[in-house]
Amino acid sequence: MNWNSPAEFFAMGGYGLYVWGSFGICALAFVAEPFLIGRRHKEIVRTLRRQVVAEKLEMENT
Amino acid sequence: MNALLAVMRRDLLMVMRRKSEVLTALFFFVIVSSLFPLGIGPEPVLLRKIAPGVLWVGALLATMLGLQRMFAADHADGTLEQMAISPTPLVVLVLGKVLAHWLVSGLPLVLIAPVLGLQFDLDTEALGVLMLALLLGTPLLSLIGAIGAALTLGVRGGGVLLSLLVLPLYVPALIFGAGAVESHISGLGAGGHLSLLAALLTLAAFFAPWAATAALRIALE
Amino acid sequence: MSNRLINWFKFASPATFYPLAGKMIPLFWTLAAAFGAVGLWLSFFVAPTDATQGEGYRIIFIHVPTSWMSMFIYMVMAGWAAMGLSLNARLSSMMAQALAPTGALMAFLSLWTGAFWGKPMWGTWWVWDARLTSELILFFLYLGFMALQASIDDPRRADKAGAIVALVGVVNVPIIYFSVKWWNTLHQGASVSINKSPAMVTTMLWGMLLMALCLWMYSIAMALTRVRAIILERESHTDWVKQLNEVKA
Repeated sequence: MNWNSPAEFFAMGGYGLYVWGSFGICALAFVAEPFLIGRRHKEIVRTLRRQVVAEKLEMENT
Repeated sequence: MNALLAVMRRDLLMVMRRKSEVLTALFFFVIVSSLFPLGIGPEPVLLRKIAPGVLWVGALLATMLGLQRMFAADHADGTLEQMAISPTPLVVLVLGKVLAHWLVSGLPLVLIAPVLGLQFDLDTEALGVLMLALLLGTPLLSLIGAIGAALTLGVRGGGVLLSLLVLPLYVPALIFGAGAVESHISGLGAGGHLSLLAALLTLAAFFAPWAATAALRIALE
Repeated sequence: MSNRLINWFKFASPATFYPLAGKMIPLFWTLAAAFGAVGLWLSFFVAPTDATQGEGYRIIFIHVPTSWMSMFIYMVMAGWAAMGLSLNARLSSMMAQALAPTGALMAFLSLWTGAFWGKPMWGTWWVWDARLTSELILFFLYLGFMALQASIDDPRRADKAGAIVALVGVVNVPIIYFSVKWWNTLHQGASVSINKSPAMVTTMLWGMLLMALCLWMYSIAMALTRVRAIILERESHTDWVKQLNEVKA
């Protein structure tokens, strides 16, 4: 173990801004990316569902 | 060989009919290069330092202005399709077009660069290195640019997209081209940079026509 | 005996690959989490303080993996694109399309974390040395690939044109990799190589490797998730898509 206290851990020997600035942006990216892909997936599924329903209605009406 | 010369002659003839396009790019080069001393200040030491870079960036941008011209007109009126199905290999015809583009866009830059270099207080030897570097570099720009022009044929937002595609690939030419002049000025000799530039040119001369031809076929499907 | 061998080519069709990818994604997330947990623990709690750089050097544990991934993903993407171009295989091109945004993200993170490391250590956020410049070019190549594909309406033409861009840009990756050897500028030289023992403490090395594995598993999970969305978008007219449970319900 390297750290004597949580405060020391966050300070990173004075380099806190840089270390957490780096790991932080990566953490943000690795949360944002799956979220955005998930949203893209939901959107296309929504569009496809509407398409399927529309086609079914068209079949019933003809 | 005949086909190559024929294509070159045809492209040159078409350009001569509409000289304004070519002259515009040339004037662009002149004006942009003149903007920097005006904007940054006339101090000779500073100008001599930035001269290689500024002139090279100007050359890059001026070349890019003329890239779309390479295939767009022929694509629009169907000539390109005829070229694709002709018995002559398309690669040869593409090479001819690239050479014509260089003669019209690149060579004038090489010739006018010394004049602009004087604006930046470069000495005669440095101007010589600059000309040689541009002589090696501008064909490289035309070759790589042909790939970009073929890929973006008929695509929405073509001009800007072409720049985005082609400029990252231009960076090595810029680095070695400007670097050659800089290293000459600082006394280290331009040999290394010029050799690398020549190597890039040889590589591009072999591979770029093929890549551009493949891209053209994709665009024509 | 032949019915015991898997016919891998069966999965070259979007219809069969879609459910397979769906099953593989949780596996890769689990692997990513596992590697990441151990890697981060090594990075922060086991690896000792550096003599010259203090605690700031710990950025290496995320900077180097993102850099490695940015180059690796580009090669894989170019490979899939080449397959899609030469074999005329739709799914291969879709895979290349799926990899690009993740690769671009890795390149961006490499540049960002590099800048945050450079500022305290070298005193500057950015410098135009060979490795940084070629990594920046790699980032632009990713963007160019994505922009070109986005602006071509016909998907097959977009696939093939993108493949050419990707392949032309492949030459940049060895340049990044070897740039620190060819040009002695600012970025530090290679500490890890294939045929020499590494010039760093073992725990640091393991921390880096495990984080790299973590990002690799993450990238695969992301690419598979994204390719599923791309498959749905591009195959929306097919029967099998319309028969999917998530669409029919």
